[in-house]
Amino acid sequence: MTTTTSSPVRAAAAAPPAPGRRRRLSDRGLAVAFISPALLLLLTMSVFPLLWSLWLSFTDYSATRDTPASFVGFANYADVLTSSQVHQRALTTLLYVVGAVALQTVLGFTIAYLISRRTRGRGLLTTLFLVPMMLSPVVVGLFWRFMLDTQFGVVNSLLGSVGLGQVEWLTRQRTALLSLIVVDTWQWTPFIMLIALAGLTAVPRYLYEAASIDRASEWFRFRSITLPLVWPLLLIAVMFRAIEAFRLFDLVYILTNGGPGVSTETLSFHVYKVAFLGFDTGLASAYGILMVLVVIALAQLYLRYLEKLKEG
Amino acid sequence: MALTVDQAVPGPDDRPATAAAPPVPGRTGRSGRGRRLLETALLVVLAVVMLFPVLWMLETSIKENRDVYAVPAQFIGFDVTLDHYRDVFVARGGEGRSDLSTAFVNSVVVAGLSTLLATLLGVPAAWAYSRFGLRAKKDQLFFILSTRFMPPVVVVIPIFLMYRELGLIDTELGLILIYAAFNVPFTIWMMKGFVDEVPAEYEDAAMLDGYTRLQAFWKVTLPLLVPGIAATAVFALIFSWNEFVFAIFLTSSQEVRTAPPAIAGLIGGTTVDWGLVAASAVVFAAPVLLFAWLVRKHLVAGVTLGAVRR
Repeated sequence: MTTTTSSPVRAAAAAPPAPGRRRRLSDRGLAVAFISPALLLLLTMSVFPLLWSLWLSFTDYSATRDTPASFVGFANYADVLTSSQVHQRALTTLLYVVGAVALQTVLGFTIAYLISRRTRGRGLLTTLFLVPMMLSPVVVGLFWRFMLDTQFGVVNSLLGSVGLGQVEWLTRQRTALLSLIVVDTWQWTPFIMLIALAGLTAVPRYLYEAASIDRASEWFRFRSITLPLVWPLLLIAVMFRAIEAFRLFDLVYILTNGGPGVSTETLSFHVYKVAFLGFDTGLASAYGILMVLVVIALAQLYLRYLEKLKEG
Repeated sequence: MALTVDQAVPGPDDRPATAAAPPVPGRTGRSGRGRRLLETALLVVLAVVMLFPVLWMLETSIKENRDVYAVPAQFIGFDVTLDHYRDVFVARGGEGRSDLSTAFVNSVVVAGLSTLLATLLGVPAAWAYSRFGLRAKKDQLFFILSTRFMPPVVVVIPIFLMYRELGLIDTELGLILIYAAFNVPFTIWMMKGFVDEVPAEYEDAAMLDGYTRLQAFWKVTLPLLVPGIAATAVFALIFSWNEFVFAIFLTSSQEVRTAPPAIAGLIGGTTVDWGLVAASAVVFAAPVLLFAWLVRKHLVAGVTLGAVRR
């Protein structure tokens, strides 16, 4: 319908009675009044800074110089995308994300499966396992920095008492990344466990009963009933963890500070160095925008699976 | 998929619904019992490994310094002291408050007020999203969620510049605003789930009785949402309490700094007082664990931004 005057009959038919109309309008007004403050906050604190960042990413601005920014086009993006440093950080990040998420998925699912097979003490066990997830990354990073200390750390002490040598966990290139993965796994295995447990508990019992009437083996039941039913939920947990791990910063900062060398420098940590140690704000912004794009793509996937799960 | 969190995380008094399930016929006997034993043993080992760091921190926080640095590590038979806990709250030398205790107070203020703000803005918005058919609603909700997924270290660059212009650097207000913005997406997503569960017919009935839409929301729906609001607020509180990246880049002075950067600051020097670190970590973590226990029934919803509910 283009105009209301051209078809007076339809317009009259579509027009609601007066009181109803006022109510509908007030509904709309109410919705706007209720939603706009929240959106306004998000626009000021997230979108506006991000747009600013987008603009800076096309300039050579530096936060420490007083000279105004000059436009450099896509030069920053070209720098980031072709930099061998960035490629190396991307590889480190990939290793870390894949390693940590894979490890915590396997562990988390195992724990959830073991707990779900128990009849007693499930509540207590679940609660205990959840503790690491609730702690601040700062606290977790410090815990582990202390425990992994080469001289008096308890981990080396335990290794020593079973006759194994000392390991320089945080000061050797290879073990530092491994340590990061281990600590992240320690903190986030409970997350996967929690989601997996929710999925496992929701599997209808009659499916197992039917299977046991058919004398299906334990393995068969696991593979053809448990896993397919828990899988979608587990996948969501994995994706969520991947997004979180990709943007991880605080744990690296506390645990290894990117070192030794650059062996634990993830993309997030590298952005920080470019922005706050090098004060190359324009370049850091371009870098950041690229990371945001990756996160948004991952988040799209996450939501798509979520929709599927809700429909299914 | 039917998915209730209560089943996954039962309270202390809840009996698992499956406890009375009959044993699977056919496959019992010795191999079954051996397997059971193996599973229990595995679970115990995993629980010990997962909990050991926490216990070790607790233990370190009550050890004398010489035992903290003992090689090999002392598991039992050390002298218990509460000195480290005193140092958390009282300045060295005995007089006045310590910097850490100031930081704890700041954390309470910042986390509390940002949670309040996020709740005040988020709950009405969630209700509106749940009740009304709005244009591009899905896109709006995705946009809201995506702001939550931004890498903090990326967002902090322009926020830092913006705050520098506005004079919000190194102020508690600055932290409160950014934490509220960080928590609003979560609040909206989680609360939308809670609102969806309250039948819209309740409001329709109230409006037939002569209430306006706003009154129906205020008098009928809101009271029913109180437990959900409480759970959501507790999660927002935990996020703000634990947050580190914005806290360290947007504040610098002792008077404004929250606890996470303050605790992290303890490891700056050449020697680290691990006893003090342990004690402050324990003090800092205690409220979070209490809060987490309070919302244990909503954990799945909470940790997935309310996206996975039932």
